[in-house]
Amino acid sequence: MAETPTRHVHFPGMDTTVLGADEIIINMGPQHPSTHGVLRVKLHLDGEKVIGSECIIGYLHRGVEKIAEHRSYQQFAPYVDRMDYVAAVSNGLGYCEAVEKLLEVEVPPRAKVVRTILTELQRIASHLLWLGTHALDIGALTPIFYCFREREEILKIFEKYCGARLTTHAFRIGGLQYEVYDGFEEDVKRFLADFDRKIDEYEALLTTNRIWVERTKGIGVLSAQDAIALGVTGPVLRASGVKWDIRKAFPYAAYDRYDFEIPVGSHGDTYDRYLVRMEEMRQSRRICLQAIEDIPSGPILGKVGKVMKPAPGEVYHSIEAPKGELGYYIVSDGTTQPYRVRIRPPSFINLQAFDTMVRGHLVADVVAIIGTIDIVLGEVDR
Amino acid sequence: MADEPTPKQPEQRQPTPEGQPGAHETSAPKPAEKPAAEKPAPPKKDAPAAWPKPLDNEMVRRFRRRFGDAILEAVEDRKQAILVVAVDRLREIAEYAREEEQFDMLTDLTAVDWPKREKRFDLVVNLYSFPRNERLRLKAAVGEQDRPPSLTPVWAAANWLERECFDMFGIRFEGHPDLRRILLPEEWVGHPLRKDYDILQQDTAWVRENLGIESGQ
Repeated sequence: MAETPTRHVHFPGMDTTVLGADEIIINMGPQHPSTHGVLRVKLHLDGEKVIGSECIIGYLHRGVEKIAEHRSYQQFAPYVDRMDYVAAVSNGLGYCEAVEKLLEVEVPPRAKVVRTILTELQRIASHLLWLGTHALDIGALTPIFYCFREREEILKIFEKYCGARLTTHAFRIGGLQYEVYDGFEEDVKRFLADFDRKIDEYEALLTTNRIWVERTKGIGVLSAQDAIALGVTGPVLRASGVKWDIRKAFPYAAYDRYDFEIPVGSHGDTYDRYLVRMEEMRQSRRICLQAIEDIPSGPILGKVGKVMKPAPGEVYHSIEAPKGELGYYIVSDGTTQPYRVRIRPPSFINLQAFDTMVRGHLVADVVAIIGTIDIVLGEVDR
Repeated sequence: MADEPTPKQPEQRQPTPEGQPGAHETSAPKPAEKPAAEKPAPPKKDAPAAWPKPLDNEMVRRFRRRFGDAILEAVEDRKQAILVVAVDRLREIAEYAREEEQFDMLTDLTAVDWPKREKRFDLVVNLYSFPRNERLRLKAAVGEQDRPPSLTPVWAAANWLERECFDMFGIRFEGHPDLRRILLPEEWVGHPLRKDYDILQQDTAWVRENLGIESGQ
């Protein structure tokens, strides 16, 4: 490794200046459809086997954390929707709760329950998008049409609630932006009523499908030990057998009121991650069914002033976003603008496990592994 | 890169009279905070509740017994435990936290820039323990020229987080296996999350050369 000339590809701990006869370096992305955005992966191959990889990210970097320092607490709220843009409601919940913790404001129960319902619907929507695109990447064309059919229903509910489908800005610091519309309960109930039958439909297409099983079982195995060391959270961690969910570990919103299970896998492979997310959708439905039956009445906004000046200090608050632990670390200097906002993005940290998962697999499996981590580049790059 | 005064109070624990808004940050008007920054000790009524309370529990005592003076402070802010530690023993403390105190996951690693302090950066390490279901935050002051120890050998997760920290703040971690920029292009000049890096600032030369446009704004 001594006196290496200019290297074009950088693999930590690996000499890539001298390639073996069958070795080759290829570039995947940032315009590759299976990279779910602008992820670029450099693959070091031996024949068709991956022996090293490097993720090159930052194509979508917008400096969200810098922007936060120049906006008031309320003004920054819509920006967080643009990180994980397929789960904007979850982003908003995490941010609002973090600021509420910083302000030490109590949120009314009605707002908490509505937040829980919308966030769980968002989890379902995010998982549906994941399922559709992941299956599409692997070559199953049908599921995405089914998934988008149901996701559309959820987006319609969001649209009726707050006027936006994607970047919703659904919540407000201290509670809710809007009172729920007339017929909200009915809409949610109608969606939930036959949603588990819809999940059965997806499962009928994939769970025992021989091609699907062959393409996902034993692919991208991540041991529980590696997952913890790499800071991996969310469904990826649970599929590796670690029963950990922030909704149970540090209950927020109204999650302590409802019964639900945390699904875990045992092999930590792509197939287990698929099963975990499918079960999570069923559990989200279960939470919504309990919550929608009993929305408390009362105000939707707690006691927050128009000018928010949290006392100096700092807070870390995280929620279980569809992709994993989404954390906000906010430092206040007693003014109306945050001194520092650090966002702990689940996608960014989970993507770090990609290299561990991909080594030893074939190029075709790379696509499956990118899909199974469920990244959104808006959040990876911020 | 000198200590350019920012309109905000850099140190919240001892508000000093010299935290005056001497120079405005060129962009992004900040109207509402001006009155607050003018007085040395502004909103008195908020202060007592938010002052970090000293924290003293079994765990803190164990840390103190083991590391003595290297544990500079143990405080609680919004019911969250914070240990302020000496940066030269950060690596040992991190190892101890993982091995003995069971903080097996590094949740997050980041920094905060306080340009007026003697050591301008606060390195912030958020830890989580699965067996104890508990969080702990380690903080260490790091000067601009300091090279804090890399925590990548302790938690593999620190790798990208330290790269991001280097990218955004220019903190060089000693012993990091692969310390390169991660979000910005490798040839970029400047570290955007420093307080003296203006929000509209950019590496114009890089933009012109690589994107073929005059400005990215």
